[in-house]
Amino acid sequence: MQQLFYFFQKNKYFLFFLFLEVIAVALIINNHSFHRSKFISSTNYITGSIYEQTSGLSEYLNLKEKNLNLSKENTLLKNKLDKLYSIIDNVNVTVIIDSLNYNQNYKYINGKIISNNYSSSDNFITINRGIKNGVSNEMAVINNKGVIGITDNTGNKYARVQSILNANSKINASFKNSNHFGTLIWNGEKYNIVQLTDIPRQATFKIGDTIITGGRSTIFPKGIPIGTVSKMPKKLSATNTIDVKLFNDMSNLGHIYIITNLNKNEIKSLENKNE
Amino acid sequence: MNKTVYIIFLFVFFLLLQVTILNNILFLGYINPYLYISFVFLYPLNTNRFPFLSLAFLLGLCIDAFSNSGGIHAFSILYIAYIRLFFVRTIFKKNTSDYLLFNLRLKTFDKVFNYTAILTVIHHFILFSLINFSFFNFYNVIINTLFSSIFTLVLYFLGSFIFSKKLYK
Repeated sequence: MQQLFYFFQKNKYFLFFLFLEVIAVALIINNHSFHRSKFISSTNYITGSIYEQTSGLSEYLNLKEKNLNLSKENTLLKNKLDKLYSIIDNVNVTVIIDSLNYNQNYKYINGKIISNNYSSSDNFITINRGIKNGVSNEMAVINNKGVIGITDNTGNKYARVQSILNANSKINASFKNSNHFGTLIWNGEKYNIVQLTDIPRQATFKIGDTIITGGRSTIFPKGIPIGTVSKMPKKLSATNTIDVKLFNDMSNLGHIYIITNLNKNEIKSLENKNE
Repeated sequence: MNKTVYIIFLFVFFLLLQVTILNNILFLGYINPYLYISFVFLYPLNTNRFPFLSLAFLLGLCIDAFSNSGGIHAFSILYIAYIRLFFVRTIFKKNTSDYLLFNLRLKTFDKVFNYTAILTVIHHFILFSLINFSFFNFYNVIINTLFSSIFTLVLYFLGSFIFSKKLYK
Protein backbone atom coordinates (compact mmCIF):
# COMPACT_ATOMS: atom_id res chain seq x y z
CA MET A 1 0.00 0.00 0.00
CA GLN A 2 2.76 2.35 0.95
CA GLN A 3 4.58 1.50 -2.24
CA LEU A 4 1.46 2.37 -4.18
CA PHE A 5 1.27 5.77 -2.50
CA TYR A 6 4.94 6.29 -3.14
CA PHE A 7 4.41 5.45 -6.79
CA PHE A 8 1.56 7.97 -7.06
CA GLN A 9 3.59 10.61 -5.24
CA LYS A 10 6.57 10.09 -7.50
CA ASN A 11 4.66 10.06 -10.79
CA LYS A 12 1.81 12.42 -9.97
CA TYR A 13 2.59 14.83 -12.82
CA PHE A 14 2.93 12.05 -15.35
CA LEU A 15 -0.34 10.47 -14.22
CA PHE A 16 -2.11 13.83 -14.36
CA PHE A 17 -0.69 14.42 -17.83
CA LEU A 18 -1.85 10.98 -18.93
CA PHE A 19 -5.32 11.59 -17.52
CA LEU A 20 -5.77 14.85 -19.45
CA GLU A 21 -4.40 13.32 -22.65
CA VAL A 22 -6.93 10.49 -22.38
CA ILE A 23 -9.71 13.09 -22.14
CA ALA A 24 -8.34 14.81 -25.25
CA VAL A 25 -8.14 11.55 -27.20
CA ALA A 26 -11.70 10.69 -26.18
CA LEU A 27 -12.85 14.07 -27.48
CA ILE A 28 -10.98 13.62 -30.76
CA ILE A 29 -12.43 10.17 -31.36
CA ASN A 30 -15.88 11.36 -30.38
CA ASN A 31 -15.59 14.21 -32.86
CA HIS A 32 -14.44 11.91 -35.63
CA SER A 33 -16.94 9.11 -35.30
CA PHE A 34 -20.23 10.77 -34.41
CA HIS A 35 -19.80 14.47 -35.11
CA ARG A 36 -21.90 15.06 -32.09
CA SER A 37 -19.53 16.69 -29.66
CA LYS A 38 -22.24 18.75 -28.03
CA PHE A 39 -20.11 20.53 -25.50
CA ILE A 40 -16.88 21.42 -27.28
CA SER A 41 -18.22 23.03 -30.41
CA SER A 42 -18.83 26.43 -31.89
CA THR A 43 -22.58 26.33 -31.29
CA ASN A 44 -22.52 27.09 -27.61
CA TYR A 45 -23.38 30.53 -26.32
CA ILE A 46 -19.92 31.96 -25.66
CA THR A 47 -18.12 30.86 -28.81
CA GLY A 48 -21.16 31.70 -30.92
CA SER A 49 -21.48 35.24 -29.67
CA ILE A 50 -17.74 35.96 -30.06
CA TYR A 51 -17.87 34.71 -33.63
CA GLU A 52 -20.93 36.87 -34.28
CA GLN A 53 -19.06 39.97 -33.10
CA THR A 54 -16.01 39.30 -35.27
CA SER A 55 -18.05 38.44 -38.34
CA GLY A 56 -20.00 41.65 -37.83
CA LEU A 57 -16.71 43.50 -38.23
CA SER A 58 -15.32 41.55 -41.15
CA GLU A 59 -18.63 41.72 -43.02
CA TYR A 60 -17.94 45.30 -44.03
CA LEU A 61 -14.87 44.27 -45.99
CA ASN A 62 -16.78 42.56 -48.78
CA LEU A 63 -20.08 44.36 -48.57
CA LYS A 64 -19.84 45.41 -52.20
CA GLU A 65 -19.59 41.88 -53.53
CA LYS A 66 -22.40 40.65 -51.29
CA ASN A 67 -24.67 43.44 -52.52
CA LEU A 68 -23.88 42.55 -56.11
CA ASN A 69 -24.78 38.92 -55.41
CA LEU A 70 -28.04 39.89 -53.78
CA SER A 71 -29.07 42.16 -56.62
CA LYS A 72 -28.22 39.43 -59.14
CA GLU A 73 -30.40 37.02 -57.23
CA ASN A 74 -33.18 39.57 -57.08
CA THR A 75 -33.13 39.98 -60.84
CA LEU A 76 -33.27 36.22 -61.28
CA LEU A 77 -36.21 35.91 -58.92
CA LYS A 78 -38.04 38.81 -60.53
CA ASN A 79 -37.63 37.18 -63.94
CA LYS A 80 -38.95 33.90 -62.58
CA LEU A 81 -41.87 35.66 -60.94
CA ASP A 82 -42.70 37.34 -64.21
CA LYS A 83 -42.69 34.00 -66.01
CA LEU A 84 -44.96 32.58 -63.33
CA TYR A 85 -47.37 35.48 -63.70
CA SER A 86 -47.66 34.78 -67.39
CA ILE A 87 -48.54 31.15 -66.63
CA ILE A 88 -51.10 32.17 -64.03
CA ASP A 89 -52.70 34.48 -66.59
CA ASN A 90 -53.32 31.57 -68.90
CA VAL A 91 -54.66 29.05 -66.38
CA ASN A 92 -57.44 29.33 -63.83
CA VAL A 93 -56.00 31.61 -61.17
CA THR A 94 -57.64 30.31 -57.99
CA VAL A 95 -56.51 26.73 -58.50
CA ILE A 96 -52.89 27.74 -58.85
CA ILE A 97 -52.95 29.90 -55.77
CA ASP A 98 -54.55 27.11 -53.75
CA SER A 99 -51.98 24.62 -54.90
CA LEU A 100 -49.23 27.06 -54.09
CA ASN A 101 -50.51 27.33 -50.55
CA TYR A 102 -51.11 23.67 -49.87
CA ASN A 103 -48.36 22.00 -51.83
CA GLN A 104 -45.41 23.96 -50.65
CA ASN A 105 -42.68 21.38 -50.17
CA TYR A 106 -39.83 23.42 -48.84
CA LYS A 107 -39.55 26.36 -46.52
CA TYR A 108 -36.57 28.72 -46.67
CA ILE A 109 -35.05 30.41 -43.64
CA ASN A 110 -32.46 33.10 -44.24
CA GLY A 111 -29.31 33.37 -42.19
CA LYS A 112 -25.70 34.43 -42.10
CA ILE A 113 -22.43 32.58 -41.73
CA ILE A 114 -20.50 33.74 -38.69
CA SER A 115 -17.54 31.38 -38.88
CA ASN A 116 -16.20 29.49 -41.85
CA ASN A 117 -13.58 26.80 -42.09
CA TYR A 118 -12.17 25.36 -45.31
CA SER A 119 -8.56 24.42 -44.68
CA SER A 120 -8.65 21.21 -42.65
CA SER A 121 -9.97 17.82 -43.74
CA ASP A 122 -13.19 18.05 -41.70
CA ASN A 123 -14.64 21.48 -42.11
CA PHE A 124 -17.55 23.00 -40.25
CA ILE A 125 -19.40 26.29 -40.66
CA THR A 126 -21.26 28.12 -37.91
CA ILE A 127 -24.46 30.01 -38.75
CA ASN A 128 -26.50 32.45 -36.67
CA ARG A 129 -29.77 30.49 -36.74
CA GLY A 130 -30.81 27.82 -34.25
CA ILE A 131 -33.75 26.01 -32.68
CA LYS A 132 -35.38 29.37 -31.93
CA ASN A 133 -35.59 30.08 -35.65
CA GLY A 134 -36.94 26.65 -36.56
CA VAL A 135 -33.65 25.06 -37.56
CA SER A 136 -33.03 21.44 -36.63
CA ASN A 137 -30.45 18.82 -37.56
CA GLU A 138 -30.17 17.51 -41.14
CA MET A 139 -31.38 20.56 -42.98
CA ALA A 140 -29.89 21.75 -46.24
CA VAL A 141 -27.85 24.94 -46.32
CA ILE A 142 -27.38 26.73 -49.65
CA ASN A 143 -26.76 30.19 -51.05
CA ASN A 144 -27.67 31.69 -54.39
CA LYS A 145 -24.67 30.07 -56.11
CA GLY A 146 -25.10 26.55 -54.82
CA VAL A 147 -24.85 23.95 -52.11
CA ILE A 148 -22.95 24.68 -48.88
CA GLY A 149 -23.72 21.83 -46.47
CA ILE A 150 -26.05 20.17 -44.00
CA THR A 151 -26.74 21.24 -40.40
CA ASP A 152 -25.45 18.67 -37.95
CA ASN A 153 -25.51 20.22 -34.50
CA THR A 154 -28.13 22.76 -33.51
CA GLY A 155 -27.92 25.01 -30.51
CA ASN A 156 -30.46 27.48 -29.25
CA LYS A 157 -29.29 30.46 -31.29
CA TYR A 158 -26.55 29.00 -33.47
CA ALA A 159 -26.11 25.89 -35.58
CA ARG A 160 -23.11 24.03 -36.89
CA VAL A 161 -23.11 23.06 -40.56
CA GLN A 162 -21.16 20.12 -41.91
CA SER A 163 -19.71 21.76 -45.00
CA ILE A 164 -19.48 19.84 -48.29
CA LEU A 165 -15.74 20.19 -47.69
CA ASN A 166 -15.87 17.46 -45.05
CA ALA A 167 -14.59 13.93 -45.39
CA ASN A 168 -17.88 12.61 -43.95
CA SER A 169 -20.14 14.59 -46.25
CA LYS A 170 -22.15 12.55 -48.77
CA ILE A 171 -24.69 14.31 -50.96
CA ASN A 172 -26.80 12.87 -53.74
CA ALA A 173 -26.04 14.67 -57.01
CA SER A 174 -26.93 14.22 -60.65
CA PHE A 175 -26.19 15.67 -64.08
CA LYS A 176 -28.32 18.51 -65.29
CA ASN A 177 -28.90 17.02 -68.73
CA SER A 178 -29.55 13.42 -67.66
CA ASN A 179 -30.94 11.64 -64.67
CA HIS A 180 -27.85 9.55 -63.86
CA PHE A 181 -26.87 10.24 -60.31
CA GLY A 182 -23.90 9.70 -58.00
CA THR A 183 -22.57 10.65 -54.60
CA LEU A 184 -20.75 13.89 -53.94
CA ILE A 185 -17.72 13.49 -51.65
CA TRP A 186 -14.54 15.44 -50.89
CA ASN A 187 -11.00 14.06 -50.81
CA GLY A 188 -9.64 16.82 -48.60
CA GLU A 189 -7.27 18.44 -51.09
CA LYS A 190 -8.46 21.60 -52.86
CA TYR A 191 -11.22 23.68 -51.39
CA ASN A 192 -12.84 24.49 -54.71
CA ILE A 193 -12.83 20.93 -56.14
CA VAL A 194 -15.12 18.13 -54.92
CA GLN A 195 -15.55 14.60 -56.28
CA LEU A 196 -18.59 12.88 -57.76
CA THR A 197 -18.41 9.12 -57.43
CA ASP A 198 -20.48 5.97 -58.03
CA ILE A 199 -21.78 7.21 -61.37
CA PRO A 200 -23.34 4.45 -63.47
CA ARG A 201 -21.31 3.20 -66.43
CA GLN A 202 -23.99 4.17 -68.90
CA ALA A 203 -23.80 7.84 -68.05
CA THR A 204 -22.33 10.03 -70.74
CA PHE A 205 -20.79 13.30 -69.75
CA LYS A 206 -18.10 15.67 -70.82
CA ILE A 207 -15.98 18.37 -69.24
CA GLY A 208 -18.08 21.45 -68.52
CA ASP A 209 -21.33 19.64 -67.77
CA THR A 210 -23.31 21.07 -64.89
CA ILE A 211 -23.90 19.03 -61.72
CA ILE A 212 -27.02 19.68 -59.61
CA THR A 213 -28.50 18.08 -56.51
CA GLY A 214 -30.44 14.92 -57.27
CA GLY A 215 -33.50 15.28 -55.08
CA ARG A 216 -33.36 11.66 -54.00
CA SER A 217 -32.82 12.53 -50.38
CA THR A 218 -35.23 14.31 -48.09
CA ILE A 219 -32.66 17.02 -47.39
CA PHE A 220 -31.94 18.81 -50.65
CA PRO A 221 -34.63 19.76 -53.17
CA LYS A 222 -33.84 18.81 -56.77
CA GLY A 223 -31.99 21.21 -58.98
CA ILE A 224 -29.75 23.26 -56.70
CA PRO A 225 -26.55 23.98 -58.64
CA ILE A 226 -23.28 22.48 -57.39
CA GLY A 227 -20.57 22.91 -60.01
CA THR A 228 -19.20 21.85 -63.37
CA VAL A 229 -17.20 18.77 -64.38
CA SER A 230 -13.56 19.83 -64.46
CA LYS A 231 -11.59 16.59 -64.80
CA MET A 232 -12.46 13.00 -65.60
CA PRO A 233 -10.36 9.82 -65.75
CA LYS A 234 -9.27 8.58 -69.20
CA LYS A 235 -10.43 5.04 -68.52
CA LEU A 236 -13.84 4.65 -66.93
CA SER A 237 -14.00 2.08 -64.15
CA ALA A 238 -16.77 0.55 -62.06
CA THR A 239 -16.61 3.36 -59.55
CA ASN A 240 -16.25 6.37 -61.76
CA THR A 241 -14.90 9.38 -59.91
CA ILE A 242 -14.82 12.76 -61.55
CA ASP A 243 -13.69 16.15 -60.28
CA VAL A 244 -16.31 18.86 -59.94
CA LYS A 245 -15.40 22.52 -59.73
CA LEU A 246 -17.76 24.31 -57.34
CA PHE A 247 -19.73 27.39 -58.37
CA ASN A 248 -19.36 28.63 -54.82
CA ASP A 249 -16.13 30.13 -53.57
CA MET A 250 -16.13 28.26 -50.26
CA SER A 251 -13.59 30.65 -48.78
CA ASN A 252 -15.89 33.62 -49.21
CA LEU A 253 -19.42 32.94 -48.00
CA GLY A 254 -21.91 35.35 -46.45
CA HIS A 255 -25.68 35.09 -46.53
CA ILE A 256 -27.27 31.68 -46.74
CA TYR A 257 -30.64 29.94 -46.84
CA ILE A 258 -31.59 26.97 -44.69
CA ILE A 259 -34.13 24.68 -46.34
CA THR A 260 -36.74 22.74 -44.39
CA ASN A 261 -38.53 19.88 -46.10
CA LEU A 262 -42.10 20.17 -44.88
CA ASN A 263 -42.92 16.62 -45.95
CA LYS A 264 -39.83 15.06 -44.40
CA ASN A 265 -41.64 13.18 -41.65
CA GLU A 266 -44.18 11.75 -44.05
CA ILE A 267 -41.48 10.55 -46.47
CA LYS A 268 -39.39 9.10 -43.66
CA SER A 269 -42.33 7.17 -42.17
CA LEU A 270 -43.30 5.83 -45.60
CA GLU A 271 -39.76 4.64 -46.24
CA ASN A 272 -39.63 2.93 -42.87
CA LYS A 273 -42.90 1.11 -43.50
CA ASN A 274 -41.49 -0.62 -46.55
CA GLU A 275 -38.68 -2.20 -44.60
CA MET B 1 2.52 43.06 -12.37
CA ASN B 2 0.87 40.47 -10.22
CA LYS B 3 1.65 36.92 -11.29
CA THR B 4 -1.94 35.64 -11.38
CA VAL B 5 -3.11 38.66 -13.35
CA TYR B 6 -0.23 38.16 -15.77
CA ILE B 7 -1.23 34.51 -16.33
CA ILE B 8 -4.92 35.32 -16.83
CA PHE B 9 -3.95 38.09 -19.23
CA LEU B 10 -1.73 35.70 -21.22
CA PHE B 11 -4.50 33.08 -21.37
CA VAL B 12 -7.26 35.40 -22.61
CA PHE B 13 -4.95 37.34 -24.92
CA PHE B 14 -3.61 34.28 -26.74
CA LEU B 15 -7.05 32.66 -26.93
CA LEU B 16 -8.69 35.68 -28.54
CA LEU B 17 -5.69 36.41 -30.75
CA GLN B 18 -5.70 32.85 -32.08
CA VAL B 19 -9.42 32.41 -32.73
CA THR B 20 -10.34 35.84 -34.02
CA ILE B 21 -7.28 36.76 -36.07
CA LEU B 22 -4.69 34.04 -36.59
CA ASN B 23 -7.11 31.24 -37.52
CA ASN B 24 -8.25 33.35 -40.47
CA ILE B 25 -4.82 34.02 -41.97
CA LEU B 26 -4.37 30.83 -44.02
CA PHE B 27 -1.43 32.17 -45.97
CA LEU B 28 -1.35 30.46 -49.41
CA GLY B 29 -4.43 28.49 -48.39
CA TYR B 30 -2.94 26.28 -45.70
CA ILE B 31 -0.09 27.93 -43.78
CA ASN B 32 -1.39 29.14 -40.46
CA PRO B 33 0.48 30.34 -37.35
CA TYR B 34 -0.45 28.79 -34.02
CA LEU B 35 0.89 31.47 -31.76
CA TYR B 36 -1.17 30.40 -28.74
CA ILE B 37 1.57 27.93 -27.80
CA SER B 38 3.63 30.94 -26.63
CA PHE B 39 1.55 30.50 -23.48
CA VAL B 40 3.72 27.47 -22.76
CA PHE B 41 6.95 29.40 -23.36
CA LEU B 42 5.95 32.40 -21.29
CA TYR B 43 4.30 30.70 -18.29
CA PRO B 44 6.61 31.15 -15.30
CA LEU B 45 8.41 28.01 -14.11
CA ASN B 46 7.08 26.63 -10.88
CA THR B 47 7.68 23.57 -8.74
CA ASN B 48 3.96 22.78 -8.56
CA ARG B 49 3.03 21.90 -12.12
CA PHE B 50 -0.68 21.11 -11.72
CA PRO B 51 -1.97 24.65 -12.45
CA PHE B 52 0.27 24.96 -15.49
CA LEU B 53 -0.75 21.62 -17.01
CA SER B 54 -4.45 22.28 -16.33
CA LEU B 55 -4.34 25.78 -17.84
CA ALA B 56 -2.48 24.61 -20.93
CA PHE B 57 -5.07 21.88 -21.41
CA LEU B 58 -7.90 24.35 -20.89
CA LEU B 59 -6.44 26.78 -23.42
CA GLY B 60 -6.21 24.00 -25.99
CA LEU B 61 -9.77 22.95 -25.24
CA CYS B 62 -11.07 26.50 -25.71
CA ILE B 63 -9.33 26.75 -29.08
CA ASP B 64 -10.86 23.40 -30.03
CA ALA B 65 -14.29 24.71 -29.13
CA PHE B 66 -13.82 27.56 -31.57
CA SER B 67 -12.44 25.48 -34.42
CA ASN B 68 -14.70 22.40 -34.02
CA SER B 69 -11.76 20.03 -33.83
CA GLY B 70 -12.60 17.75 -30.90
CA GLY B 71 -9.51 17.78 -28.70
CA ILE B 72 -6.53 18.03 -31.04
CA HIS B 73 -5.25 21.40 -29.81
CA ALA B 74 -5.72 20.30 -26.20
CA PHE B 75 -3.76 17.13 -26.86
CA SER B 76 -0.82 18.79 -28.58
CA ILE B 77 -0.44 21.81 -26.30
CA LEU B 78 -0.62 19.58 -23.20
CA TYR B 79 2.11 17.40 -24.67
CA ILE B 80 4.59 20.26 -25.08
CA ALA B 81 3.55 21.67 -21.70
CA TYR B 82 4.52 18.38 -20.12
CA ILE B 83 7.87 17.97 -21.88
CA ARG B 84 8.82 21.65 -21.42
CA LEU B 85 10.66 20.96 -18.20
CA PHE B 86 12.90 18.40 -19.87
CA PHE B 87 14.10 20.97 -22.40
CA VAL B 88 14.56 23.64 -19.74
CA ARG B 89 16.84 21.21 -17.94
CA THR B 90 18.85 20.16 -20.98
CA ILE B 91 19.11 23.46 -22.88
CA PHE B 92 19.39 26.00 -20.05
CA LYS B 93 21.00 23.61 -17.51
CA LYS B 94 18.58 24.59 -14.75
CA ASN B 95 17.49 22.58 -11.75
CA THR B 96 14.63 22.96 -9.26
CA SER B 97 16.23 25.70 -7.19
CA ASP B 98 16.63 28.06 -10.18
CA TYR B 99 12.99 27.95 -11.25
CA LEU B 100 11.84 31.08 -9.48
CA LEU B 101 14.51 33.28 -11.02
CA PHE B 102 14.24 31.81 -14.49
CA ASN B 103 13.34 34.36 -17.17
CA LEU B 104 13.38 33.69 -20.88
CA ARG B 105 14.27 37.31 -21.74
CA LEU B 106 17.58 37.14 -19.92
CA LYS B 107 18.85 34.16 -21.90
CA THR B 108 20.96 34.25 -25.04
CA PHE B 109 19.13 34.18 -28.34
CA ASP B 110 20.53 30.88 -29.64
CA LYS B 111 19.38 28.94 -26.57
CA VAL B 112 15.94 30.54 -26.59
CA PHE B 113 15.67 29.81 -30.29
CA ASN B 114 16.54 26.13 -29.83
CA TYR B 115 14.08 25.84 -26.99
CA THR B 116 11.13 27.46 -28.79
CA ALA B 117 11.89 25.89 -32.16
CA ILE B 118 11.99 22.35 -30.80
CA LEU B 119 8.75 22.75 -28.85
CA THR B 120 7.02 24.45 -31.80
CA VAL B 121 7.99 21.75 -34.29
CA ILE B 122 6.88 18.98 -31.90
CA HIS B 123 3.57 20.73 -31.29
CA HIS B 124 2.88 21.38 -34.97
CA PHE B 125 3.81 17.85 -35.96
CA ILE B 126 1.38 16.32 -33.45
CA LEU B 127 -1.27 18.86 -34.37
CA PHE B 128 -1.15 18.24 -38.12
CA SER B 129 -0.94 14.47 -37.68
CA LEU B 130 -4.12 14.61 -35.61
CA ILE B 131 -5.85 16.93 -38.08
CA ASN B 132 -5.01 14.50 -40.84
CA PHE B 133 -6.00 11.49 -38.67
CA SER B 134 -4.59 8.94 -41.12
CA PHE B 135 -1.32 8.00 -42.80
CA PHE B 136 -2.82 8.82 -46.17
CA ASN B 137 -1.53 12.35 -46.79
CA PHE B 138 1.64 12.16 -44.76
CA TYR B 139 3.59 14.37 -47.16
CA ASN B 140 1.10 17.17 -46.47
CA VAL B 141 1.65 16.78 -42.73
CA ILE B 142 5.40 17.30 -43.10
CA ILE B 143 4.99 20.32 -45.40
CA ASN B 144 2.37 21.91 -43.13
CA THR B 145 4.50 21.32 -40.04
CA LEU B 146 7.55 22.89 -41.65
CA PHE B 147 5.95 26.03 -43.04
CA SER B 148 3.56 26.69 -40.17
CA SER B 149 6.41 26.26 -37.66
CA ILE B 150 8.47 28.86 -39.50
CA PHE B 151 5.48 31.21 -39.55
CA THR B 152 4.76 30.71 -35.84
CA LEU B 153 8.40 31.23 -34.85
CA VAL B 154 8.74 34.40 -36.92
CA LEU B 155 5.60 35.81 -35.30
CA TYR B 156 6.76 34.77 -31.84
CA PHE B 157 10.15 36.46 -32.14
CA LEU B 158 8.64 39.56 -33.72
CA GLY B 159 6.15 39.70 -30.86
CA SER B 160 8.74 39.20 -28.17
CA PHE B 161 10.87 41.91 -29.79
CA ILE B 162 7.98 44.38 -29.85
CA PHE B 163 6.90 43.62 -26.29
CA SER B 164 10.47 43.53 -24.99
CA LYS B 165 9.63 46.28 -22.54
CA LYS B 166 9.04 44.23 -19.46
CA LEU B 167 5.40 43.40 -18.90
CA TYR B 168 6.26 41.20 -16.03
CA LYS B 169 8.85 41.67 -13.34
